[in-house]
Amino acid sequence: MRRPRLGSTMRTLMLAIACIAAATSVPAAAPTDDLARYPVSGRRSGYTYLSPETRAQQKDEFANPGMLWVEQGERLWSLVPDKSKAQAQSCVGCHGDAAKSMRGVAARYPAFDRGEGHVVSLEHRINACRVKKQGATPFAWESQGLLAMTAYVSRQSLDMPVSVKVTGPAARSFERGRTAYYQRRGQLDMACAHCHEERTGARLRAEVISQGQINGHPVYRQLWQTMGSAQRMFAWCNDAVRADPYAYGSQEYTDLELFVKWRGRGLPVETPAIRR
Amino acid sequence: MPALRFARLLVSVLPWVVFPCTMPAGAADALVPYRVVGDGIPAPLTDTPGDPRRGRVAAANSTQGNCAICHPMPIAELPVFGNLGPPLDGVGARLTEAQLRLRIVDAKRLNPQSIMPAYYHVAGLRRVAPKFQNQPMLSAQEIEDVVAYLATLK
Repeated sequence: MRRPRLGSTMRTLMLAIACIAAATSVPAAAPTDDLARYPVSGRRSGYTYLSPETRAQQKDEFANPGMLWVEQGERLWSLVPDKSKAQAQSCVGCHGDAAKSMRGVAARYPAFDRGEGHVVSLEHRINACRVKKQGATPFAWESQGLLAMTAYVSRQSLDMPVSVKVTGPAARSFERGRTAYYQRRGQLDMACAHCHEERTGARLRAEVISQGQINGHPVYRQLWQTMGSAQRMFAWCNDAVRADPYAYGSQEYTDLELFVKWRGRGLPVETPAIRR
Repeated sequence: MPALRFARLLVSVLPWVVFPCTMPAGAADALVPYRVVGDGIPAPLTDTPGDPRRGRVAAANSTQGNCAICHPMPIAELPVFGNLGPPLDGVGARLTEAQLRLRIVDAKRLNPQSIMPAYYHVAGLRRVAPKFQNQPMLSAQEIEDVVAYLATLK
């Protein structure tokens, strides 16, 4: 999916604003740097590992590059994806105002889906709507459209505490995710926990190891210069330990996403967060 | 068609049947066997003595040893070092070559919980990416080179 022209216009505008701000050297406003709010019972959002400049950039809706995806998602929300279909309707047709209907949704995903019979990610849920309710083709994982939709829907839960359900029908998925988290893999033979649980705060070369929380996903990752889902981050980490990554949207990664999201229970939803 | 496929298979396998020593290097069974004595591997893995200069390069290189990603070490040209592992300054005075060799070959023999990768071990790994399957992280000669280099850090 190509980004509509408005996106590039907005980017130019924001760049201009950023340049003006830099030229006039407005100091970063102190009240935006509310670090104390971010650790919850020892759980630390990736936000707390960022430089003060990047934290300020994340907080500023005009400077945060992830907001381009949120804006595109907002447009897609009221767009009919395929007018040739009998079910042709936009998200608004069923869900109305996202600010109300989608509030809190991202905080509780991944979640068990009764219709599917297993735990699904927010990405799956959005694609299920597209296929079943809109008669459209599903977005590819990590496509501009899917990232825009997940970013927009997640944005409606901004600052709400992460709270996924891991008991009942989600319990098996959760336990599989937990097992994967502590399982060594790859040529380097490392588990997620080796770095993100046992060695947080230590450095790999210059990079400080975070807790690997996903309360801000999808995130704008500076290394990628684009948005990415939590599952893209899992695949990136798997590559780093020379392990064969699972497919995006696979049950393995969705189980892991549920467990990792639970690790960050209580952390505020930050989408679109900026990460290194 | 099946006959043709079988013929192709035969042709591709034949050289290994006739010349078993031409098996591709890096296959699991191609690892040089070694013997652990105490907390070390006393015998070198190769006949060619380790070269400390090549070992220094392999230790610094991010596609070979990449030691500096976790260990502070005395390599002035590297801009920054990780701190997950202990500093390697003086490691040649603290450990013998045999001890260094085992710690690089398979540190988990000494501490099963260790995060340090085994650099000369391929068995029992889970979901290794296809292009790294059945290959040790360093060759036997590179292990010897790195051991020789670390032994100089006194």
